[in-house]
Amino acid sequence: MDTIQEKRLDEQGLKLHFIQSKKFKTITFVAKIKAKLDKETITKRALLPYILKQGTKTYPDRSALQLKLDDLYGAVLTADGGKKGENHIITIRLEFANEKFIPDASNVMDEAIRLFSEVLFHPNAGKNGFDDAVFKREVGTLKQKINAIQDDKMSYANMRLIDEMCKEEAYQLHVHGYEEDLNSLMNEDLYNYYQQMLKQDEMDIYVLGDFVEEKVKHIIKDTMQRTVQQGTSTVNAVTKKPVSEQQEIIEKQQVQQAKLHIGYRTNTTYQDDAYFALQVFNGLFGGFPSSKLFINVREKNSLAYYASSRLESHKGLLFVFSGIAPDDFEKARDIIRLQVQAMKDGDFTEQELNETKDLIINQLKETMDHPQGLIEILYQQVIGKRLMTPTELLDGIQNVTKEEVVQVAGKVEEDTVYLLTSEGGEQGE
Amino acid sequence: MNKQTYESIGETLYSEKLDNGLTVFLLPKPEMTKSFGIFSTNYGSIDQTFVPLGESAEITVPEGVAHFLEHKLFEKEDRDVFADFGKQGASPNAYTSFTKTAYLFSATSQIEKNVETLIDFVQDPYFSEQSVEKEKGIIAQEIKMYDDQPDWQAFMGTIKSMFQNHPVKIDIAGTVESITSITKDDLYTCYHTFYHPENMTLFVVGNFEVEQMMEMITLNQKEKSFDKMAELKRDFPEEPREVAMKENTIHMPVSIPKCTIGIKDSDTELEKEEFLRRDLLGSMILSHFFSTGGEFYQELYKADLIDDSFYFETNLERNFGYSMIGSNTAKPEEFAAKIKEQLLSTKKYALTDEVFERMKKKKIGQLLRAMNSLEFIANKYIHYHTMGINLFEIIPAIQGLSLDDAQAFLKEWIAEERLAVCTISAAKG
Repeated sequence: MDTIQEKRLDEQGLKLHFIQSKKFKTITFVAKIKAKLDKETITKRALLPYILKQGTKTYPDRSALQLKLDDLYGAVLTADGGKKGENHIITIRLEFANEKFIPDASNVMDEAIRLFSEVLFHPNAGKNGFDDAVFKREVGTLKQKINAIQDDKMSYANMRLIDEMCKEEAYQLHVHGYEEDLNSLMNEDLYNYYQQMLKQDEMDIYVLGDFVEEKVKHIIKDTMQRTVQQGTSTVNAVTKKPVSEQQEIIEKQQVQQAKLHIGYRTNTTYQDDAYFALQVFNGLFGGFPSSKLFINVREKNSLAYYASSRLESHKGLLFVFSGIAPDDFEKARDIIRLQVQAMKDGDFTEQELNETKDLIINQLKETMDHPQGLIEILYQQVIGKRLMTPTELLDGIQNVTKEEVVQVAGKVEEDTVYLLTSEGGEQGE
Repeated sequence: MNKQTYESIGETLYSEKLDNGLTVFLLPKPEMTKSFGIFSTNYGSIDQTFVPLGESAEITVPEGVAHFLEHKLFEKEDRDVFADFGKQGASPNAYTSFTKTAYLFSATSQIEKNVETLIDFVQDPYFSEQSVEKEKGIIAQEIKMYDDQPDWQAFMGTIKSMFQNHPVKIDIAGTVESITSITKDDLYTCYHTFYHPENMTLFVVGNFEVEQMMEMITLNQKEKSFDKMAELKRDFPEEPREVAMKENTIHMPVSIPKCTIGIKDSDTELEKEEFLRRDLLGSMILSHFFSTGGEFYQELYKADLIDDSFYFETNLERNFGYSMIGSNTAKPEEFAAKIKEQLLSTKKYALTDEVFERMKKKKIGQLLRAMNSLEFIANKYIHYHTMGINLFEIIPAIQGLSLDDAQAFLKEWIAEERLAVCTISAAKG
């Protein structure tokens, strides 16, 4: 088994992270571009990744770009935006086959890095902005994406829960942006914002695989550089909102199955020493098929097919998700509340505690066996502004005691119950 | 124990067919942290009509039995198997597809023990009237969840519009009505017929000691006795070449219509060389035309007929096969007409050597990238093995494809009577 060594370098305005590993048949490049969540910029940031993957200076449209990717043995380019705590992160990834597994292939690495750098720094754009047809087309695509959330009831219920729960906080901003802001967005403004982003955002670049470091460094030096300006990108301290009053929101739509989602404040984040205990709390409570939620909501009471929980590590939130028959709302809600209380009361055995720690460690190790998964775990340190090697993370989980879990459970507060249910008496078509 | 080394991709595979008929594959990957084990039976939702082992008359079981059985194998008289794995730091899961039922786990420790637990729980069924009744509530919620998912409805709607008689058109989980009639006897009948070691494959990949593992498995199987296996008689109705419905519209509340074009494969029950050629060329050609930047994709994109939900897939099985191309689209009629026109034009399409070589490179790179995943390797190895094909010999098979093969494939690929269109849209008014 490899131990994971992350080598950090600060060069040419870029934070480089090199991770050597023989586990994979590919080399992975990932750029992470971070800024604080802001209503002013979120729509632009949601749109940018879609535009960047449509073409570069040398490969001006998506066909030309794709031909190049195909030529590089089916290299895969993806780009998207996401929320982590009160940050917005644009991620651009390029994964390509390691040439050592392909007879007669050479230069794949060199060309792939050059291509990656082009996508990031040299899009197909002129003085007045990005290619106009691409801009218009991607605005349309993003609008459809914004609307299509309604069609995935699980995502929709989750979005609505956060809307209601985090009304006054930056975290409630929708990751795909807003239609009204798209309508008034000019191509030129977007391009200016892109330029500003390149200068001001925090930019981390990860390289993972079996590669010769000097060679990669050399190509990066050759192709990527930026002048960093001190900008506005420093992230505000996370808003910590006390729960003043619990709320219950019920919405009706034409659905077969009701979605009961509940949001909690954990009052504990990645930066806290109790973070490890919080992970274990979540594992015991709803993270696994052996957890309280699954056993009690599904197995003992046959109320749901799925019932689980998930943490938001940087903002300090906990979400419960379940899909239930509309008539079972009160029953399911009360059973879920009983499970939270049981956690606070320390109603779990040492054996369950140890098994759960093993499951979490297993899950983390598995994630580290996956190129994108490993990079996501390493990047948590940048978001959380806390250095924690994978080994420290695993040890931290291993050392959690029952008292610590009960203590962290004591800080968990229910904030919002959200129910999406069927329209009274009607059975949807 | 047979040992086969595949130098070009750096893998060594061990295999053995045990006395009771069970086929075992072990692929050690000491560089990985995790291991993955899968125990799979060649039995899925399409195996609905058959002669039970030891009997002579053919029966037809209720829709959804294979999937129901999958759920129930996890529950034993005194315990839940999820908890057994949980105690050993492993995450178990299972799935039922059209053609397979598979039980699996991943873990980073106690691999041998977990493999033993996997084999033992699958080979020790316990079904009671009471536990069968209890499961009906859970599965009903699973079915309701799928009822609300437009993507799943589009997928099954397209399958149903393609196939007239073949049981692939049956919902894998069955319907709320069909599962009501399932009894514990149905489960035992299907179990004894299809879970015979002769009909099953065990694949373990990851970080473990090969000799010891094989010894444990062999010993474990020696201690159990099974009925003598007779030839499995499954019955499939005649399936005409033409699709069942050229157009199929399903109404459900969606914000934007979804349109899918299904291509029904012409011939099935192919010899293995021909099967692999079709399988590879089918996916390479779809990807050539329809992947981002592909010629047809570009036309659809420019005509504003698709957004980033656009997808395509192809699936070739022993006695049925299909491909699908679909997207969210504001103009489903135009989308369908355009794709049909594009597909019909491929009969006369001329590929060049240069283009075909690039297609091969892309396919090879995709395969290498997918092989980063232990799950992919194990699942796909079993899938191809069922057809007599070796996953690890596919890269040379791709390199060996000729332009003539591709041209010949294109000539026969599309026929108007084998195309179906399925549209999901909100009800009018």
